[in-house]
Amino acid sequence: MSEVPDSCMYTKDHEWLRLEDDGSVTIGVTDHAQEALGELVFVETPEAGAAFGVGDACAVVESVKAASDIYCPVAGEVTEANAALVDKPELVNSSPYDDGWVFRLRPENAKAIDELMDAEAYNRFLAELED
Amino acid sequence: MTEALIFEYRSEGRKGFVAGPDAVPKLPAEALRADEPTLPTASELEVVRHFTRLSQQNFSIDTQFYPLGSCTMKYNPRVCNQLAMLPQFLGRHPLGPVEHGQGYLQTMFELQEMLRIATGMAAVSLTPMAGAQGEFAGVAMIKAYHESRGDDARNQIIVPDAAHGTNPATATMCGCEVVEISTRPDGDLDINRLREVLGPNTAGIMLTNPSTLGLFERQIEEIAAIVHAAGGLLYYDGANLNAILGKTLPGDMGFDVIHMNLHKTFSTPHGGGGPGSGAVGVAERLKPFLPVPFVQRLDGRYTWATEEHYPQSIGRLSAFMGNSGVLLRAYVYMRMLGRAGMERVADFAVLNANYLMVCLREAGFDVAFPERRASHEFIISLKSIARETDVTAMDFAKALLDYGFHAPTTYFPLLVPECLLIEPTESESRHALDAFVAALVDIRDTAYSNPDKVKEAPVTMPVRRLDDVRAAKQPDLVWQAPGAG
Repeated sequence: MSEVPDSCMYTKDHEWLRLEDDGSVTIGVTDHAQEALGELVFVETPEAGAAFGVGDACAVVESVKAASDIYCPVAGEVTEANAALVDKPELVNSSPYDDGWVFRLRPENAKAIDELMDAEAYNRFLAELED
Repeated sequence: MTEALIFEYRSEGRKGFVAGPDAVPKLPAEALRADEPTLPTASELEVVRHFTRLSQQNFSIDTQFYPLGSCTMKYNPRVCNQLAMLPQFLGRHPLGPVEHGQGYLQTMFELQEMLRIATGMAAVSLTPMAGAQGEFAGVAMIKAYHESRGDDARNQIIVPDAAHGTNPATATMCGCEVVEISTRPDGDLDINRLREVLGPNTAGIMLTNPSTLGLFERQIEEIAAIVHAAGGLLYYDGANLNAILGKTLPGDMGFDVIHMNLHKTFSTPHGGGGPGSGAVGVAERLKPFLPVPFVQRLDGRYTWATEEHYPQSIGRLSAFMGNSGVLLRAYVYMRMLGRAGMERVADFAVLNANYLMVCLREAGFDVAFPERRASHEFIISLKSIARETDVTAMDFAKALLDYGFHAPTTYFPLLVPECLLIEPTESESRHALDAFVAALVDIRDTAYSNPDKVKEAPVTMPVRRLDDVRAAKQPDLVWQAPGAG
């Protein structure tokens, strides 16, 4: 079973999102997603200052199997991208929820986060996919 | 055994040839190089052996069954090659006067006409050099059409998630925004979602029919009607044309533009990056925008149609008119088949795919859309085997090589986990298909009894498993002479 921490919220496209103390959110791809993609060879992160709407393609993760867009789970402005992924995209595989985070965003509307799936709902979603 | 690079056949001071007395042109001293270029110094025999050995290491249709889904790796009849290699074709200079090439131009005109009729379109241009360029031409024409009408807001191209990866790439290259729509569990397009995204910004929709799921889109007439009603155009990706040859026409389905991979459907050699041909066909309203040149017949004489005749053309895509060798092979192939033969291509491509699908289903494999009839290709998912044995679709693909089969397409389309996309083509006999089923069954048995053995495959190939992660991260593409650089 893949890891699904309670501290995050989740999307059907397998992004996770974590609300930080300063009101920003950190976004990455889930353990399930990195497992399905296989070892990553490239991650394209968004520039700080870029603004995205919900569902906009804002980053790319590429493995030897496939290149996949990361869709922005909530609208907002990018404050920071994980520079470590440039040289070490495999951090997404080894540590999807910590060292492998992809970017941080200042959300337009913090309440939008509550509409995403919590860990319990995402686990249920994953179980449905397995069937 | 791996074969050394030709550049590694080198020893200091040796030459593999004897230069005649006049071989070095009488250049002034300052134009001559001081050092010898770093070239192979192999003898003729070494060259012959090197390239013969490489050819023996090829996995090719001439030697093995090649069920690479979505690629239509069918047999290329030798006669197509023989006739395309006639000295009269080979010796023709592309800049020669049209009076000296009426035979070639007539051949190309007739090829345009045959393709036009086989797809139900109004006109065809043979200029695009490959499938990707054909797609580019198609979407560029859609854009040019809207712009010519002052309809400048139409910059969205709708692409289903079952599409070829090239489709969104093409739309992006043409400066359009890609709008992805989902596929229903039964494999057809989600038409309600399509209705939601259609609007004043819709430039068009790109579809492959049959789709990459190997399924014929049953709602195609309704899709065409609502896209046209919204002011958009329909693009047909001809990658899977083999399944419908002589059976139905993209023109009748309502498509406005199509690209055809002559190197797939019309049986010219392909793979390894070309040369290819991505001929495009268009409905009447897109005719002014066709890429030039193409061949026209005026008063019984064949001439080039150029920007002069078609000032709204999207322009030129190749130095002359496509890859003439590929075009000639496709011409011979179509002439040999005739109208009836073309229909038999589709008959047997679909029959072979369905036969193979049923055999595999009866052998216990999970078919992705068991309730649907396959078109010319179909998908099996190895998800349950992977879960139980840890042997994946990639391991199956590698193991098949040891059984003498090229691997099917793996992990595409992305919608089906652990999938193999299998396209047997019309060329194969029942015997070949049965042997392929037996190989897959044998690999599955081994996956349960001795999974490590499957994970080690291939063991009979010149190279074993490549480190594909390292190859992507640290590509080593340039040979350097020892001690150089």
